[in-house]
Amino acid sequence: MTVASLETVEVDYPRRGRALGPFSLSLEAGGITALVGPSGCGKSTALRLLAGLEGPTRGTVQRAAGRGETSVVFQAPTLAPWLTARENVALPLELSGVPRKTARAQAGEALARVGLKGAEDARPAQLSGGMAMRASLARALVTNPRLLLLDEPFAALDEITRRTLADDVLALWRETKPAIVFVTHNVEEACYMADRVVVITRGPGRIAGEVRIDAQLPRPAGFRATDVFRQASEQVSSLLAAGAEMAA
Amino acid sequence: MNRLADALAPFALIALLLGAWEAACRITGVPAYFLPPPSAVAAAIVQDLPSLAAAAWNTLAVALIALVIASLTAQAVALLVGLSPLIEKAVRPLASTLQVTPVVAIAPLVLIWAGIDHPERAVVALAVLVAFFPIFSGAVTGLKSADPDLERLFDLYGATRLQRVLRLRLPASVPFLLEGHKVGAGLAIIGAVVAEFGAGSGGIRGLAWRILDAGNKLQTAKMIAALVVLAVMGVALHALLDRLERAGLAWWRGR
Repeated sequence: MTVASLETVEVDYPRRGRALGPFSLSLEAGGITALVGPSGCGKSTALRLLAGLEGPTRGTVQRAAGRGETSVVFQAPTLAPWLTARENVALPLELSGVPRKTARAQAGEALARVGLKGAEDARPAQLSGGMAMRASLARALVTNPRLLLLDEPFAALDEITRRTLADDVLALWRETKPAIVFVTHNVEEACYMADRVVVITRGPGRIAGEVRIDAQLPRPAGFRATDVFRQASEQVSSLLAAGAEMAA
Repeated sequence: MNRLADALAPFALIALLLGAWEAACRITGVPAYFLPPPSAVAAAIVQDLPSLAAAAWNTLAVALIALVIASLTAQAVALLVGLSPLIEKAVRPLASTLQVTPVVAIAPLVLIWAGIDHPERAVVALAVLVAFFPIFSGAVTGLKSADPDLERLFDLYGATRLQRVLRLRLPASVPFLLEGHKVGAGLAIIGAVVAEFGAGSGGIRGLAWRILDAGNKLQTAKMIAALVVLAVMGVALHALLDRLERAGLAWWRGR
């Protein structure tokens, strides 16, 4: 079943010109897709189209996952500094009319799922970068989305935190199996987390090719040392290089 | 040791300047109506302390009333402006024009409108006028200061306009409001003093009136005494507001 799709979409911005397209992408339910490409290739634009935060200049966007069924995690945690972790996570529920008490209880559960039990009443300023990102993830998961969009969610974190969070995201994915799309420029991260890596050319973004990775999700221990992982990484890297030439 | 020196340095400078002033007055024998020595000013302060304090309270009360009125109106107008870009376009030029017009120049007009029997209303109105703008522009800027990604999340979750204002834009504007009120309070004092000057002898018997009154009688020591009280009041108010702003920010940020 398709959760969302972009059909030959193009996005033009007033001054910068063409940012994306023509670009087509169809997302299957429960799949994990990585969008990989150089900076400024329109990855984040594609994500905003899928979220319905922006419309295409041409082409169509189909979204089976409606409002309230799509969540976004941005590059920064984007938490409201005046709210506690629990209040931040409860916000999407409260905005859609869930009674405050229920919303806060569910927020507490979501925080526990991302490993932030005990930090419910902390303000964002009191959380470390990794913890804030987890709270942001909890806020995205609290609505039980069918489509989870992650825009370079780990870019600002150190390597160890990145890897732990990648495993955590996969573990969380297994619970409710939302379709995940995440944007990254890190080939290793893409091949580790996704079952499908879509490589995008230098801007305006078009699809340079895609690599399917048929291996168990979440990944078994030592997956980064396997041939499957290594081959996928090499394929993605060569597609990236080809994509850069295509644009040049 | 260093910190002690840092803390004492400004007082040392003041003591040095006062000493030089006192010595200069005594050596040159300059007449007291032209330049009284600091000792004479100190005597004037001690002698007039009750009436100076009353005058200071009059000025401060005007400034505080003006601050409250300015705060309420500025935030109400800012909220309207925040809700509608069209209203903002309509209000902006008018607001800027009023802001750049010196309050001294408006004072005589406001005194006429307030009526000869109610100069205190004019003084409050003028202080409101100057305190209004920093709070207003702080509020307008603050209402637009929310993280664009948080705004996107509110789009994504289908927030209503009211939800967006109450749950995102108003709380996001708190640091700007605190700053606006700090500046506004300082300006309210200045506005009150300027308005007192404009109102002249019939106005509020505040510190500016004391300065005018003593000036008319060539009681220079009393003039400077009132000025010293005004400066001390300004410094104290600023320190208080600075502390309030920091406490407010700490509360907003949670630490």
